[in-house]
Amino acid sequence: MEFYRSHVLVCGGTPCVLEGCKGVRDALIAEVKRRGLDREVKVVETGCLGPCDLGPVIVVYPEGTLYQKVHVSDVPEIVEEHLLKGRVVTRLAGEGVQAGVVKYEEPTYLGVQERIVLRNCGTIDPESIEEYIARDGYRALAKCLTEMKPADVIEAVKKSGLVGRGGAAFPTGLKWSFTARADADQKYILCNADEGEPGTFKDRLILEGDPHSILEGMAIAGYAVGADKGFIYVRGEYVLSIERLGKAIEQAKALGLLGADIFGSGFSFDVEIRKGAGAYVCGEETALIESIEGKRGEPRVKPPYPGTEGLYGKPTVVNNVETIANVPPILLNGADWFRKFGTERCPGTKVFTLTGDINNKGLVEVPMGITLRRVIYEIGGGIPGGRGFKMAQTGGTSGGCLPKELLDVPMDYFTLPEHGSALGSGALLIMDDTHCIVDIAECFMRFFEHESCGKCTPCREGTARLHEIVAKIARGEGKPGDLELLDELGSAMQVSSLCGLGQAAPVPIKTMLRYFRDEFEAHINDRLCPTGTCGT
Amino acid sequence: MKTVEELDRIRKQAQAMTRLREGKETTRIVVGMGTCGIAAGARETLAAIMEELAKRNIQDVVVTQTGCIGLCEQEPIVDVIKPGATKVTYGKVTKEKARQIVASHIVNGQVVGEWVIASA
Repeated sequence: MEFYRSHVLVCGGTPCVLEGCKGVRDALIAEVKRRGLDREVKVVETGCLGPCDLGPVIVVYPEGTLYQKVHVSDVPEIVEEHLLKGRVVTRLAGEGVQAGVVKYEEPTYLGVQERIVLRNCGTIDPESIEEYIARDGYRALAKCLTEMKPADVIEAVKKSGLVGRGGAAFPTGLKWSFTARADADQKYILCNADEGEPGTFKDRLILEGDPHSILEGMAIAGYAVGADKGFIYVRGEYVLSIERLGKAIEQAKALGLLGADIFGSGFSFDVEIRKGAGAYVCGEETALIESIEGKRGEPRVKPPYPGTEGLYGKPTVVNNVETIANVPPILLNGADWFRKFGTERCPGTKVFTLTGDINNKGLVEVPMGITLRRVIYEIGGGIPGGRGFKMAQTGGTSGGCLPKELLDVPMDYFTLPEHGSALGSGALLIMDDTHCIVDIAECFMRFFEHESCGKCTPCREGTARLHEIVAKIARGEGKPGDLELLDELGSAMQVSSLCGLGQAAPVPIKTMLRYFRDEFEAHINDRLCPTGTCGT
Repeated sequence: MKTVEELDRIRKQAQAMTRLREGKETTRIVVGMGTCGIAAGARETLAAIMEELAKRNIQDVVVTQTGCIGLCEQEPIVDVIKPGATKVTYGKVTKEKARQIVASHIVNGQVVGEWVIASA
């Protein structure tokens, strides 16, 4: 056993990797050694710590001091001052820190957060199964396999009120019960890590920061429904996620936490990784299944649903990464514990990636039902340059747009739809008042035209026409009746498209028409872009 | 893995390694590491404390450093702070004294009275 007096955690999430954290980590290790502190100070690379905009970020324990924007040239000072002499380098510890020590747990952007899904993210070394086990890892699986019947597991998940975090908000326990009831010689658990919504990177950071929680959650799901095989379908671009998942699977197999006869229960479970090739539509569950089978990624006609006829025609549970990450703590602490977070109708937390015109960009986990105002102004630190808030888009490009009027509406899967919007997958794109709504709409619609797989007509033609009409309006060539046409076309797509892509593509347009109609009208009637963005 | 006990065993071992990130209240040993402290041999003192803790397999103690508190002539200075107890400050802590402090104060709860320079 190695005993260290200090642990230096270097954030190894992708945003920090891009900022050069690997160099900082190597420099730290070298400098600690040069100073002869390598028997006293341990340098650990972790998953995402959250404040992605401030990377590379490091945290020094036991004090819990957070250093931001650390460059290789800062390393000798940190080692000499903090690690050797015990003095905080206030220059790097962020604004508002004078003499005292800033604690990682204390800053306001973490103050309002509740960490269930991100419980280990940024705290453990994701490449060490021991560190995951130290934080109660695999205890939930042990409890399920040795103390609970499969039906009890499903009942507990049902009681917790957990709903799918990929955006569709289908009750997870109910989904499992369909597959559990199905009679088949083979069943599958799929983890949907094909996170394609622009601006969403929460699944990526969960996988990078805590890969074992996904393996444990999948094994629990497998036990509950009677599946012995799982696949993680992850975007090919997520190189670090794939690497760490691969290591995690190896480690779990070596300890017998995956494989045959886990905990002597007779239950066996194995997980394999499948890489996606970059198609947005493969985030749709049936297109994802087609892709795993080696076919072209196109959605299937539903029903039958995957729960009864999924991968290779067998009953299959498809759950999002964040949904699965919620499973072990629910089983370990019980449904009542989980219901203490969030709202009555929608318990638990939601992980968001804050992007756009906001000061603290990054990864946050907040209780369901929190208002947009609190996320933007308390956690996000407000809008840069003191500019005004214009709109926020939840859930990536297919999500709804929330105007100023909805700043105080509780954000959960059931309240937002009542206002014509949706919570979606977990991107939170903030835009200030310098942006033109028609310009944004044009950009979104261009994305959907490109990503429509072309299998069904309403989506293939609809996304192209939506883009065409919006582009015309942006060019100042809109004509009366265009807005009504957009609305009608959108409604037709929502009811007739084969899968979620075509059904969700009109959502941003429809919410924009509802809340920012006057801006569209100014482009059409007055040939004028109120913000001066479009070439009208 | 065939038994839950096996998992419990790994967890207990691993928790000892990561304990200092949990922020729980625990015994702290603080070594003065200003220029004065280092000149008086605080590096060796701290190394001796670490060694002694490792040798005795004591994991629930946090070792940190601090700057000069103004008593340079008493360096190396070592504080021992146990939860719920008053802070005890030792002066002129050599390697040998450091090992003795770990043995009697940390392990047996006996303050080494003759080396104490302050207690508040």
